[in-house]
Amino acid sequence: MLEVRGLNAWYGESHVLHGIDFSVREGEVVTLLGRNGAGKTTTMKAIMGLVPRRAGSVRFRDEELVGLRSDLIARRGIAICPEERGIFASLNVTENLVLPPVIAPGGLDTDTIYTLFPNLQERASSQGTKLSGGEQQMLAIARILRTGARLLLLDEPTEGLAPVIVQQIGRTIREIKKRGFTVLLVEQNFRFAATVADRHYVVEHGRVIDMIENDQLDANMNKLHHYLGV
Amino acid sequence: MFSIFGVPAPLLFGQLLLGLINGGFYAMLSLGLAVIFGMLNIINFAHGAMFMMGAFVAWMLLNYLGINYWFALPLAPLIVGVFGFVLEKTIISRLYKLDHLYGLLLTFGLALVLEGLFRNGYGSSGMPYQIPALLGGAVNLGFMFLPIYRGWVIVVALVVCIATWMLIEKTKLGSLLRAATENPALVQAFGVNVPRLVTLTFAGGVALAAFAGVLAAPIYSVNPNMGSNFINTVFAVVVIGGMGSIFGAIVSGFGLGVIEGLTKVFYPQASDTVIFVVMVLVLLTRPAGLFGKAA
Repeated sequence: MLEVRGLNAWYGESHVLHGIDFSVREGEVVTLLGRNGAGKTTTMKAIMGLVPRRAGSVRFRDEELVGLRSDLIARRGIAICPEERGIFASLNVTENLVLPPVIAPGGLDTDTIYTLFPNLQERASSQGTKLSGGEQQMLAIARILRTGARLLLLDEPTEGLAPVIVQQIGRTIREIKKRGFTVLLVEQNFRFAATVADRHYVVEHGRVIDMIENDQLDANMNKLHHYLGV
Repeated sequence: MFSIFGVPAPLLFGQLLLGLINGGFYAMLSLGLAVIFGMLNIINFAHGAMFMMGAFVAWMLLNYLGINYWFALPLAPLIVGVFGFVLEKTIISRLYKLDHLYGLLLTFGLALVLEGLFRNGYGSSGMPYQIPALLGGAVNLGFMFLPIYRGWVIVVALVVCIATWMLIEKTKLGSLLRAATENPALVQAFGVNVPRLVTLTFAGGVALAAFAGVLAAPIYSVNPNMGSNFINTVFAVVVIGGMGSIFGAIVSGFGLGVIEGLTKVFYPQASDTVIFVVMVLVLLTRPAGLFGKAA
């Protein structure tokens, strides 16, 4: 579904990605693991067309995305849940939820979303940024489920959240996988990643240096500890 | 004839009416400025020139094509809006990555060029524009005579302001505008064509100025300076209301018009400066403006 080959990206003068290679198959949950500053978030942004300059190849359903404007990339069927969540302060919860335009059939309807995230319905008219961190994260995920995008880029959805909320997000990711969505997940927390993902790519210094199947994770624990420095 | 604080009532109400009319124009102009500033991050110094162009286009439609006021009211904003669309696409869009100062210089230069062009063609003495027959005459309200056209301007300005506020605060399009003002990159990454939204916002804000220009044509003479006479005050209004605040633009537009009108009655010497005194006071106590969010 997604083929990334030799992806390079720059912020001004600084060269951040040095040839990222990986692929994601339809229906998979794949994570990018790595230390802070390894280039995981930049990889997400480069796929979405949100970095100032990029080179290499990103093919989505056999179509090249490098060179396209980000709104056109989104219209191909990819949606992002950014690390900083990107909840709009001047919009209430419902407005935040329905902001991203529906780009294809096959998204979840509002009722299903409210079943998955009952808090959002209770707080429908609250200002978006008045929600708790966990609720904001739910909202940021929920709003990309209804657009019909089939590849979801989730950037550190568990960052800074309480364990009970992390579990809820884990359940959500397994649920959307069951519904046929494909997920590319950036994580620092590989224990969490192991509960939801099929495969893990390890990113270091702007390159993918290893790939580990989820069921091989235990056997590769030493290697992983070394990669992540934990 | 009764009097209030020693001022004859007709004088007081007359100035109050003038204040409300000016306030209506302040509000409509500062609304467009606020919306444009929010989306484009550009302080549009050419806004007064767009107001002036609205009046001129209405005058041209009437005198060259025989198209009357009622058709000019939608048509002139449309024409000036298209002009704004082209302006944004060809020139202004090149400035977004640069400092505010460049936008200010460019639009200020544009205003001078446009005013110069109209002065070259039509002189600066001003040309009359007849009040449409339907709105001629005046009614006696008991305490004062109200020229019907002036009442009409106040009502229309209010309606336009409320409609714009509703559009931005209560509709789907408005939520897109608000979101794109906050974080344009993310809104675009959701699949919204933000550059087009920005162009249309500029065209819309400019069309609003032109609409105000058509309304103003029968009250003030149609002349190349009519915009710049207003625009200094309008910038003060925007600052007082809070940069980018829609509600602030409306409330402070009407409010300051009235304050200016009342100053003309009670202390005429200060009427030209009172708005700027208010601006200083507001900036000293609330640097983000009355309804602005602190940066």
